[in-house]
Amino acid sequence: MKRADFLRMTSMGVGALMMPDLLWGNAVDPAQFLEQAPDKATKKALADAALAAARAKGATYADVRISRYLQQNIATREAKVQSIANNASYGVGIRVIAAGSWGFAATNNVTKEGIAQCAAQAVAIAKANASLRTEPVYLVPQKGLGEKEWKTPIEKNPFEVPVADKVALLMEVNNAAMKEGASFITSNLSFVNEQKYYASTDGTYVAQDIHRLNPVFSVTVVDRQTGKFKTRDSLSAPMGRGWEYLEGTASEKLQGPAGLTLYRNKYDMVEDAVQATRHAKEKHKAKSVAPGKYDLVLDPTHLGLTIHESIGHPLELDRVLGYEANYAGTSFATLDKWKSGNFKFGSDVVNVVADRTQPYLLNTIGFDDDGVPAKEWDLIRKGILVNYQATRDQVHLLGQKESHGCSHADSWGSVQFQRMPNVSLRPSKEKLSPAEMIRNVEKGIYILGRGSYSIDQQRYNFQFGGQLFFEIINGEIKGMLEDVAYQSNTQEFWNACVQTCDAGDYRSFGTFNDGKGQPGQASAVSHGCATTRFNGVNVINTQASA
Amino acid sequence: MQLLTEQEAKKIIDTVLAHATADETSVAINGSRTGNIRFAQNMVTTSGERENLTLTITTYFGKRSGSVTINELNDAAIKSAVQQAEEVARLAPENSEHLPLLGPQQYAKAANYSEKTAAITPAFRAALAGASIRPCREAKVDGSGYLEDTTGFIAISNSRGLFGYNKATSIELTTTVRTADGRGSGFAVQSFTDASKVDSKAATTLAMQKAKASASAIELPPGKYTVILEPAALAGNGDSSFLSNFMGALDARNADEGRSFFGNKGGGNKVGEKLFSDLLTIYSDPAHPEVPAMPFAPDGRPQEKVMWVEKGVLKNLVYSRFWADKQGVKAMPAPGNIIVAGGTKSLEEMIRESDNTILVTRTWYMRPLNQQSLLVTGLTRDGVFFIEKGKIKHAVKNFRFNESPLQIFRNLEVVGRPVRIGNNLVPPVKTRDFNFSSLSDAV
Repeated sequence: MKRADFLRMTSMGVGALMMPDLLWGNAVDPAQFLEQAPDKATKKALADAALAAARAKGATYADVRISRYLQQNIATREAKVQSIANNASYGVGIRVIAAGSWGFAATNNVTKEGIAQCAAQAVAIAKANASLRTEPVYLVPQKGLGEKEWKTPIEKNPFEVPVADKVALLMEVNNAAMKEGASFITSNLSFVNEQKYYASTDGTYVAQDIHRLNPVFSVTVVDRQTGKFKTRDSLSAPMGRGWEYLEGTASEKLQGPAGLTLYRNKYDMVEDAVQATRHAKEKHKAKSVAPGKYDLVLDPTHLGLTIHESIGHPLELDRVLGYEANYAGTSFATLDKWKSGNFKFGSDVVNVVADRTQPYLLNTIGFDDDGVPAKEWDLIRKGILVNYQATRDQVHLLGQKESHGCSHADSWGSVQFQRMPNVSLRPSKEKLSPAEMIRNVEKGIYILGRGSYSIDQQRYNFQFGGQLFFEIINGEIKGMLEDVAYQSNTQEFWNACVQTCDAGDYRSFGTFNDGKGQPGQASAVSHGCATTRFNGVNVINTQASA
Repeated sequence: MQLLTEQEAKKIIDTVLAHATADETSVAINGSRTGNIRFAQNMVTTSGERENLTLTITTYFGKRSGSVTINELNDAAIKSAVQQAEEVARLAPENSEHLPLLGPQQYAKAANYSEKTAAITPAFRAALAGASIRPCREAKVDGSGYLEDTTGFIAISNSRGLFGYNKATSIELTTTVRTADGRGSGFAVQSFTDASKVDSKAATTLAMQKAKASASAIELPPGKYTVILEPAALAGNGDSSFLSNFMGALDARNADEGRSFFGNKGGGNKVGEKLFSDLLTIYSDPAHPEVPAMPFAPDGRPQEKVMWVEKGVLKNLVYSRFWADKQGVKAMPAPGNIIVAGGTKSLEEMIRESDNTILVTRTWYMRPLNQQSLLVTGLTRDGVFFIEKGKIKHAVKNFRFNESPLQIFRNLEVVGRPVRIGNNLVPPVKTRDFNFSSLSDAV
């Protein structure tokens, strides 16, 4: 066997073994093979068995997810590979409504017997909790979809790319940074493939093949004389793309202000590691910020997380209803504000859309975990709050008849609940570049990258930092600042939004592991936007603030 | 079926090692059944159980390694997982920092398992949830909470003959009660190894008292105050906290490489230096009866009683085996529990002996601002109160703070009686000059 073929195979998760067993040089029992990666007909038969078992025990509704989750993580530091880990997890999760209550059970024992026991346990749990309910669970109707399929539109499956190619890329990234003067660098590649199969008693059978990847690094430059160290993290966005995302191409690069190279739908990790090292060195000489009011020019690599924390989370309907009170918190964006029809969440230029349909975005799928097709809807129109994010068991509380399709579980072993879709700020229709935007700022700070983010449990008061801060004086960038964070109130902040750049600057920010719920679940979500300006925001000096 | 006995786990390990052809192979098996019930708005929202069994195989050819984790544990799947891990290892670049795997070790007998927790049924969970929900309905407040129990085991082994097996249980109840008008919120937490100790009604009563008492909060100006941080304010609840940020910084390599508070200019670290108040003593002890922990670290090193900070002096840092070998010191693994040694004073006594002091129930959304000074930002939550002349005078509006655990530990005035939170033992602490930087409208 050729070395390349060998590498390609070994980069795959065990559960994804699709090649003939003879390539491995030893026989694998064909029945065993089938059990590890059952075809659709087998999954359908197992799913039907689960639904029938749930019904037989008294469920009035049931859905089942039979899914395999593959992950590959490669971690390096400097010239060393610290770990190469493949993880395959396969199992079944069964959710039922019985006696008007939800019940859920999950097992990695994906056999007919295992599934029957699991369905019975889900019904037993629902019945045990029935005495504590006041209202039975209500699901808005969702027409059965029959058999459907959806795949992330990737060009090159990362699980088929040789491990050696991945290691070679990270070594090139690390070498480039060390050559540029980094004291340390860590770099990681993570790949996810979710092979999900969903079926419900509504008559929906959905097979989805979902891919995501997350390339990250962190450069550290230590000054032994002063005993200080500075870091700069990658400006990458995790994406719903294949390996092609890492083949940085010129057409997807933007020449930004301050000599920065920024990335749209493809990422040049080596190039960014070099500029990161320069930035970490420059930070040692950067001026500590003078606290006060500044106009902020926020790049999508930074603003994405601000959108996530201050718009995405407070408009989750489960938070608004109080379901997250014990953990993530509730929301200032209460139903009475929405019902008034004139709650001014932001200024007129603030138009925020929710969707699960934009190509390459992390939360883009074909169907949610309630069996609802992906869609797009407005959350904020010309600054006015117009809608929330909801699932089938909540949306009727808004008087709406169709689910938004926001149901998600992070594995076969987790119960689905309301998660954030992609939430994006629409770009300006008028032409405007970041350079033109900066030219009109008298006293401001241009901020890039994900820094320290903290916001209260109702999403009023926040304090956000970044990776890079550039001082703007009279329309020109004058050098780097350090110790910057802005502290504001969500509504005040979004009403200070004065201008956003055009679609030519529109890029996505992503977070690979957004946490919510009890038990805690992760979700991957993106936020699109163009560079945006906010006037008169309170900036603090983090070092002086203690 | 997912909860294997020692013998059943050994059988799988033997299968793995029989298939292995690498220079060295290490194996970890984790099995668990975890159950939960979640409630909000005085009703159950979700509830479920999950069982899983995973096998992680890491193989080494010289200094090359590869790791595979699967949860389909039949013979064919195990065989192909071993082969796959070996193929990855053969092709991986060398890691010059790899040390040979540990040989057989002696582990202390563990006490972190309770049959009562292992025997939990859906009805038991519903009863605990009901004991929280019903009083909230009667009092016309909004009760929410979460109960999670886990029964599991871990078995570790390797081709050099190391073997460790530990069965563990845990249960935790958290509850947040909010007043119907949304102006008050209170929180309580209970964590145990033995499920029969959970007192849902007591936790709910405490959260309810705090919710009612915090409903008419008065705004105090941001600034520096003497504060009493309750255990959930010092150690958090499954989230980043002052204590987790502090413990996370105790890494020897980061210190020696000059990227930590615990590093010295020009190299070396601060072990042996008096850095904090005499009142601060932090240690770990897997055999502590109130917070029993696993007797070994994931890489097979035995967990022992370790002093991290004693009377303000830094005594030890966490070492990887590689870094300890290089520095010629004992390789202390990251601990399985944290015990902040305390005094005998209850929280009530501490309040009685305080004046002009702010009591903080819980902290939230803490994020680092500076990795060197360990400065973090975050918010107070679920009950902040002003103490005057030994009594709680009134509730205080929530604050954002920018503060470092290093300052908290330098400025300690009183350390109270520790309570279990998660798998740690944490006291309420009184500390001066705590920095509240702005106000939050959140309740």
